[in-house]
Order: sequence, then C-alpha cells, then structure tokens
Amino acid sequence: MSLRTLEGFKFSTLKTPVHLLDPRTKFLLVIAVLVPALLFANIYVMIALLLSQVPLLFVGKVARRWALSLRAGVFLSALIFVVNLFTGSYLSAIALTLRFLVLLTSFSLFFMTTSPDDLGLALDRIGAVRWLSRRWLGYPNALSFTFTTAVRLVPTLAVDAQTVVDAQRSRGLELDKGNLLKRVRNYIPILIPLLLIAIRRSLELAEALESRGFPGKEGRTSLFQLKLRPVDYSIIAVSLAIIGISFWVYFHYKIPVL
Amino acid sequence: MITLEKVSFTYRSGQRALQEIDLNLEGGDFIAIMGENGAGKTTLAKHLNGLLKPSQGRVLVDGEDTRKVSVARLSRKVGLVFQNPDHLLFSETVKDEVAFGLKNFGFAPEVVHNQVMRTLEALGLSEYAETSPFLLSGGERKRVALAAILATEPDYLILDEPTIGQDYQQKERLRNFILQLYSQGKAVVMITHDVEFVAESNPKVILLSQGRIVAQGPADSVLSKDELVKKASLVRPQMSRLFGELTKYGLPSDVVDVHRARILLEEKLSEAKVRVAQNS
Amino acid sequence: MAHAPREIILAKNLGFQYVGARRAAIEGIDLSIRENEFILLTGPSGCGKTSLCRCLNGLIPNFYQGEWTGELLVDGLSVTTQLTSELSRRVGYVFQNPENQLFALTVEKDIAFGPENLGLSREEIRQRVDEAMNVTGTLPLKDLAPYELSGGQQQRVALAGVLAMKPSVIVLDEPTSFLDPRTAEEVMRATDDLRRELGLTIVVVEHRLDLVARYAERIVVMDAGKIVADGDLEETLDEKFDLLEGLGVGVPRVSLLWTMLRRDGLVSGKVPTHVESAASSLAGMMNQ
Repeated sequence: MSLRTLEGFKFSTLKTPVHLLDPRTKFLLVIAVLVPALLFANIYVMIALLLSQVPLLFVGKVARRWALSLRAGVFLSALIFVVNLFTGSYLSAIALTLRFLVLLTSFSLFFMTTSPDDLGLALDRIGAVRWLSRRWLGYPNALSFTFTTAVRLVPTLAVDAQTVVDAQRSRGLELDKGNLLKRVRNYIPILIPLLLIAIRRSLELAEALESRGFPGKEGRTSLFQLKLRPVDYSIIAVSLAIIGISFWVYFHYKIPVL
Repeated sequence: MITLEKVSFTYRSGQRALQEIDLNLEGGDFIAIMGENGAGKTTLAKHLNGLLKPSQGRVLVDGEDTRKVSVARLSRKVGLVFQNPDHLLFSETVKDEVAFGLKNFGFAPEVVHNQVMRTLEALGLSEYAETSPFLLSGGERKRVALAAILATEPDYLILDEPTIGQDYQQKERLRNFILQLYSQGKAVVMITHDVEFVAESNPKVILLSQGRIVAQGPADSVLSKDELVKKASLVRPQMSRLFGELTKYGLPSDVVDVHRARILLEEKLSEAKVRVAQNS
Repeated sequence: MAHAPREIILAKNLGFQYVGARRAAIEGIDLSIRENEFILLTGPSGCGKTSLCRCLNGLIPNFYQGEWTGELLVDGLSVTTQLTSELSRRVGYVFQNPENQLFALTVEKDIAFGPENLGLSREEIRQRVDEAMNVTGTLPLKDLAPYELSGGQQQRVALAGVLAMKPSVIVLDEPTSFLDPRTAEEVMRATDDLRRELGLTIVVVEHRLDLVARYAERIVVMDAGKIVADGDLEETLDEKFDLLEGLGVGVPRVSLLWTMLRRDGLVSGKVPTHVESAASSLAGMMNQ
C-alpha cells in the first residue's frame, strides 16, 4: 500500500460540523453504513450508501483527500472485481466492488474527521477498555493513551521512513534491483534504522511522559469532555433506526443483487 | 562541476521549496548554505545527487542531467551526509557500515577492505572497526556516518548540519578535516546555521531565505550585513557585532573571525598606547 | 532581594552508574542551587551533564536503573524516595528534541496533559493552561497540532506544558540545538523572562556559551562525571579561561579575543562575557 492511501485516513484539524460530532456518534454512523453494506449484496443499496456519504465528505471538507485515497484504492477495486467475476456473476462482482468502496469511504470519513484525542477520550469512557487496561497495563487509561500516541507517531515515522530511504539511496542502495530474494534483502538497511529510530523515539517519549507526571494517581482528570449535543442524539437515533430496519428486512425478505 | 540552472521545486503538497536557484560548484570550492529552518537548504542538497528532481530548470552533474541518471550513479560522485546518523546506521560493525556504499558501487573485495581501513584511519575510528556502531557515542556515530560516505571518495561532499549536537572540540576536528578535503581538490558544501562555525571557517556563503538565494559572497561580507542576516533568521557572529560598535575608531565592519579581529585590534590598541605615552 | 534566597537543590557527594556501564556517569557531585538562580551547565560531550539533570527530576533513579550514591534533595525532598510523577510538580524538564515531548494533537491539550495527570479540578486545569499559554505567548497556537509548528514554537509549547505543572525549577537540556540562531535567542530570552516574572530557578545545559552568557549568573562546568568549575560566570571565564578552553567548552568569541589581547599586554581587566561589555571596554581604551 502506498503512502498516498494512508493520506485518506489521516486526521485533519478542521472545525467543520462533521469534525465537531462526538466520536461515538460517528462510530455508530459507521456501523449504520457497515450493517446494510454487509447484509445486502445489492447494487442499489450500495449506490445509496455511497451517495448518502457524499454530502458528509463535502461538509467535512475532506472530499479531495477522499478522492486521493480512492485513486489509490482503484487497484484493489479492480482486483476485487476480477476475482468475483471468476467466482460469480458480473452483477455480484459489481456489487462487491461497490461494497469495498462503501467501506473504504465510511472508514476514511471517520478517521479523517475524528481527532485521535477524542477517540482516546471515547475509549476512556468505555468501562471494558478501562478494566482491560488496568488488568494488562496497570492503569485505567493506559490503553487509550497507547492508542492516541500510536496515531500521533504515524506522520512523524512516515517522515523518518522517507529520510532513511533517501539516506540509503545516497549510499548507492537500489531497492528494485536484483531477483526476488535480493529485493527483500534490500529492505534490511531501511528497516533496521527505522526500527531503532522508533524505539529511540518511544524511549524519549517515555522520559518526557514521566517528567510530566504520567500516569499520575488513580484520579486523572481530563480538561476536555465529550458531550453529546442534540445533533448527536438525532444522528444516533437515525443510525439505530437504519441498523434495526436493516436487520428486520434481512430476516424477512430476500434481497436480490439487482 | 555541478551546475544548477534556474532550479525551482514544488512539493506535492503545493509548498514551493526552491525558486530559480542558479549555482555552480567545482573542485576546491568550499560553500556554506545558510538560512532559516524551512528555507529550502535540505531540499537544495537533495537536488545535488538526484534524490529530488527539479520541477523547473535543471541540475547537471559533470554534464549529466540528474533527471536522466540514477541516484546510485550520481552518489558515486556526490556524497550526501545526512544530519542524523540514526537514519543510516544499520550494520553489525563499523567496518561493515563503511563498506556498504563501496559494495553497492561494485568495488572488488580487496579494494573495499583497503578503502575502509584508510577512511577509518583518517577519521580516527580505526579502534572501533569491529565495534557495533550502536555502542558508540553520538559524536562518534556522526563520524561513522561521515566515513561511510567518504570511503567512496566522492568528488563533491555535501554535509547537512554537521555541527548540531557537537561540542567545541568535535567542531574543531571537523573544521580541520574539511579544510584538508577541499585543499585536496574536493568540493565541500555544508548546510548549517552555526554562524560562529562558518565565521571561523571562512567559506563562500550562500544565504537562502524562503527558497530563494538572497545573498552570496565571502563569509565576512555576507555575515556582517545585519539586514541580510536577519532575513535568514540568523544572528551576526560576535566579532561582527563587536566591530559594528567600533567603526568610528576607523576599524572595518566586516570582521567575523577572531583572528582577524585580533590583528586589527592589536594595531589599534598599540597606536592608542603610544598616544597615551606621548601625551603623558 | 530582601531576604536570602532559599536553597532549592542540594547534592551531597552524589554519584550514579548506569546498569552495564563501565564507569560512573557522575561522581562526587556537591552542588547547591538557590531559588531564582539562572545556571549554565556545560562541559564536553559525555561529561555527565545530562545524567545530572536526570537526577534533578528523578528520571534517575526511577526511569534509569543503576547504582546510586550520595544524597540529593529537591525542595527539601529526597529524590530517591519520590516518584518522578511527584517530583514533576517541582522540577520541570524541557528536552532537546521538541518532537518527542509533545503528546497531544493540539497545543492546548498538550499543555493540559501534565495538570490532568495531577488529578486537579477542571477549573484549576483551565486556569493553569490559560496562564501558561499567556506567559509563553502560545495562546494564538492553541488549536494547532504540534507538527504544524516551527521548532521555536514547539519549544515554547514544551515550556508552557512544563509551566502548567507550576514547578519551582525548570531544567532545559540543550533546548535550542535544532533551532536557528535567532529563534534560539528568542527561546533563551523567553526563559529568562519567565525566571524574572515567576521567580523560577533555571538550569540550562548548553555548549554554546554565547547564547546563554547574557542571562546566566552562574556556570557549572563538568568533565568526566565531576564538577570541575562552579561559580560566577564572569569570574569563572576570567580566572579559569584556560581550563575551559582546554576542556573544549565553546567560550564566547569576545572572551577569547579579550584573553588573546590580554596575553599580548594590550588590554587589562576582566574578561567580558558578551559583546556590549567588550565593545564599551575597547571603546574606552581607544578613546584615550
């Protein structure tokens, strides 16, 4: 997967109505798209699901970046189409390719408009996550913190990766030269520095964390709180309705491909 | 000779990093490229060995257009030493690390061995030949990274921020080494914002600001101009600031290094001493 | 100052050897720092200055393991019996690489991170964050992500994050290595302003003396794990110039110039530590 596809999942710091939705609301919305998309392999359903997300892409000002990730997804779509063409009808191949695009769109919409910080806060509100975190790592918010830190480090490590590639190419390394085995071995001079840099960074991060009083005592407070606003409640209601209706239809009717 | 003809570069994000850069570089040159963070210094360096290709204009290395030749081939002539050694060190021993480039360029094993030993010797790293580069201190690792590039004997050596995190003694050693290289007929380019280091090494200075060359010339004339230096988010060297205060005593204002300052002041102060003696 | 400043850091025969290291990183350190001092800590690479700083906020021995000797009191508390999280209320630490010390995705959230760990009330956190942003001039940046900031801005945010813990001491370990000279000066000036306004004690580790000489009153020089000079900055540069040069400490160029002229017998008097004082002394001599 190229770095470009990742672009389509990177959070952007904007303050559009979509960004301002509660992460839990948005997550439920993703489920509400996911459920019908997976239950029904119908072309009309897929097109409806795809089109219904387009306004959100524009309101959230991420349509251009979404298009970028789509372009990178073209290869995978083609692959899905061809494989399904051999195993089923061309109609189902179209439906399954569309399903892939629906899923890609809803996930990339979610990640592009949801701050990992907010996601961390949302995870912190889930009792099970806190319990697991305490069991495994000793602190109730360690797990959600690990998650947000990992997300934050992605752009930094992407820059590191590019620099390592540049540095080794400057020493005469040619990545796409030689037979398959040689090509795999070519990546050793890239992977080792990158791994060590990641370790070094996390150690320095850990030092800085300690110096800022992390993890503190049991009663860690949070300056920012997630708050469900009326608009969140209405979207939650709609999402639940879609999920409910989807299941009802699924158990009572057989939906054809076209 | 490396020639940049009206080179402009725009990143995919739309950020314009270089604008119409004209530059010539040949054996015996010693150039410092200075400028604020984000001025385009590293982008410029990556154009010299073809890691980046100009959006407009062209870069010629010994007559070859960098767009038409591989980075590997250009790197035999143009050695680019990256700022942070962590980005390139990966081998089990210092010896292997230094041999990596030579092997990539296809040298015979005995040539590789001789060349590695010679380079380690020249940089005072012989005792670490069998040591893991990861057990060395930051300063030593920086020297290993330099050795890894120098071993292939490039005609043009580009150093990205060689003085960051180095103490004074390490900088002195580096300075002597650079002097040795360009007096052997190599071209040395260093990217830096270490004004005092540049003031005492006296290279030709190219001042870069927001992707454009805003000034070039000898270190003493460029670094003593307040307007220019400010533009590139630098400060004038201490000697220049000192002599700026003393111009009314007939001293020149373009003094940046301490040795020239000493000679000039010795003369002035001796005169003053004689005057005082005559008066009394 | 009306009353004698309180002693905030006291080290007695302090030593530390990292696990697996062949020799001690620091040994026999005796150091006393009073409130509101601005101290420059310097010495050649590997001399132990970073290790000493790590002791000050308890990273040694809490985070780094090894053999500890002697005694270190910070604000009356023994470092060996305190957790780093407890010491973080007293000693703030600004690291060299700004990238690896900012955690959150906006400046405001990052500054709130420390006080949140202390379990303070939301109102108290709000107030501390606002205050820290105000004094460091980072308020206009509050909604930006750390990677959208310049290096200088990142270090200001790091300072603000530390200030929100309301420490009495701030340690800055080569805070300007990655910054251009003008930005580096701004960060040092901002640090000194904070010292004056908030009565903080500042310890700066730095190779380039010229950058700090204007603000620091006192210099502590280390070599091979030991303190080899400790005193008033101007006096030390004057009396121990050869020692400093021999160690490879980057003495200010004006001080070097003065020493050379003094050896020639052309000037006399104390070695100046910054450009202005050198200029006025030289002008005075040439006016005669």
